[in-house]
Amino acid sequence: MAAFYQLEFEKPILEIEREIETLEARLAGREPADAAPDAQPLSPDQALRRVETLRAQREQTLRDVYTRLTAWETVRVARHPKRPQTRDYIELMCKDFCELHGDRRFGDDPAMVCGFGRIGPHRCLLVGHQKGRTTQEKLACHFGCAHPEGYRKALLKMQLAEKYRVPIVTFVDTPGAYPGVGAEQRGQAEAIAVNLREMSRLHTPIVSIVIGEGGSGGALGIAVADRVAMLTHAWYSVISPEGCAAILWKQANEQTNTAAAKALKLTARDNLELGIIDDVIEEPIGGAHRDPAGAARNLESWIISALADLKQQDPASLVERRYQRFRRLGQYIETAPPVETLG
Amino acid sequence: MTKVAARTWTEIKPARKAVIPEGLWLRCPGCSQMVYRKQMESNLHCCPECQHHFRVGAAERIRQLADEGSFEPLFTNLSPTDPLKFKDVKTYQDRLVAEQAKSREADACKAGTCFIKGRPALVCVLDLSFMMGSMGSVVGEIVTRSIEAATERDLPLVIVSGSGGARMQEAGLSLMQMAKSSAALARFDEAGGLFISVLTDPTTGGVTASFAMLGDVILAEPKALIGFAGPRVIQQTIRQELPEGFQRSEYLLEAGMIDRVVARPQLRSEIARLIDYTGKA
Repeated sequence: MAAFYQLEFEKPILEIEREIETLEARLAGREPADAAPDAQPLSPDQALRRVETLRAQREQTLRDVYTRLTAWETVRVARHPKRPQTRDYIELMCKDFCELHGDRRFGDDPAMVCGFGRIGPHRCLLVGHQKGRTTQEKLACHFGCAHPEGYRKALLKMQLAEKYRVPIVTFVDTPGAYPGVGAEQRGQAEAIAVNLREMSRLHTPIVSIVIGEGGSGGALGIAVADRVAMLTHAWYSVISPEGCAAILWKQANEQTNTAAAKALKLTARDNLELGIIDDVIEEPIGGAHRDPAGAARNLESWIISALADLKQQDPASLVERRYQRFRRLGQYIETAPPVETLG
Repeated sequence: MTKVAARTWTEIKPARKAVIPEGLWLRCPGCSQMVYRKQMESNLHCCPECQHHFRVGAAERIRQLADEGSFEPLFTNLSPTDPLKFKDVKTYQDRLVAEQAKSREADACKAGTCFIKGRPALVCVLDLSFMMGSMGSVVGEIVTRSIEAATERDLPLVIVSGSGGARMQEAGLSLMQMAKSSAALARFDEAGGLFISVLTDPTTGGVTASFAMLGDVILAEPKALIGFAGPRVIQQTIRQELPEGFQRSEYLLEAGMIDRVVARPQLRSEIARLIDYTGKA
């Protein structure tokens, strides 16, 4: 597992993995090209035992490292190039995905994926940000930054789902909505605002999961839901740590990014404590990028049970509860009301 | 045209100095003329020479909009707290104390009922002079309560926005105010309410991407900067010169994003006329 993308906190893990690889190669009778320097020449028996120990050690180290990630390290994991994206999850979970394109106004934004699919027993509409895997796809998707036509496409398909009472599942994975000339011209702010208003009154169940990055209004634009969850190593906040550091610390570097990430309370646990999300969905040990199928299974079972629960509620009370869910968010001090004369 | 239009965007930033400097005279950022402060103030805080619209605080805005003596404040008992124990180079707590001492206001939003040319209305004004009019829990709550009160009392709702966006110091909770206020507007809409959104210089970020762009009618003051992302962020992303007048009211009007550009002296009568046309008087 030669990792060209290294997270510095994964170094101890990578060293163990390299030694395992070396030993395994030697057992198979090859001399690996990049042999681990401290891998001793061992008898096959010893080597097998050593590999065994190393595997256990790897497991333990992974667990240790990944339970103690700082906020900034979490952001780095959420951006891991191998981390599964919306299309990966759709492929892993849905048997018969039927993609629906276009906003009927301007174009088809590849950064927003929409379509019907089956998750477990539920027919649903899936909507999600797509960052792109290949360079070409990344450029087309603007690295997961959707344009107004993306948000409008999402809403159009969600309203279609509402018409047939099909529940909606959204995957949030964006650093933010695209900041560009065309996006502004075509009303980025309006597109997001309309989604917030309309999603709040869709008469069909909606669940949202932040699977990677949940950056600001661009994330919220498809996340006004009855249930909102985050994967363990996802982040969700009002601005990216770099953006926040650039504004409040006047510069974005490793140190200020770390401080900003911490201050923004952007981890799954923090968001759960603030009441912004309802659940944290566990990722496999060492992050979703190590075991996409495992992450998809956990995601799938959460979606299946959340939808089963929500489908039992009648649409009117569903919408009422969704309203109250967002209505109560916010913290402030309220003193005894002054004598207010009502006009 | 004014000189401002010919400048590049980074250079335009000094317009921030519109927090009017002390002194009897000041230089108008629009026409670079020296203008007599009192004359500017008595002209609704517009330059007597070029009609450049200086930024105004919430109290002054309400004075300009409401019929004299008709304003009855609402929700004055809300004040901010520091739920995240946020600290950058300063703590949020310290920033709040400093801003409150400077402005003598609890937070960046004022709301209440009033008459506008004899028509009853609920007005809610964001205050740029308090942390750039940014929306945290208090602003979000006052905006939402205003929408709900307008729904209950069947009053036309006028929200005057001027804001840098969601307040970073309340992070995720600020973000949620966008959903909260927009959801309240859905109900107001269903109840047949009239929401006139007035955009002033500057309205950006999370405020634009929520209630501010959801007006049944959207008015904007001339040459106001209105957008989702700030010009600097866009320039850094695309690495090109931005088109002239980009993200200004007139540009948005041309792009079909707003209904009307209205100069400050006409704002009252424009609002009154819209209330009449929609039968909400």
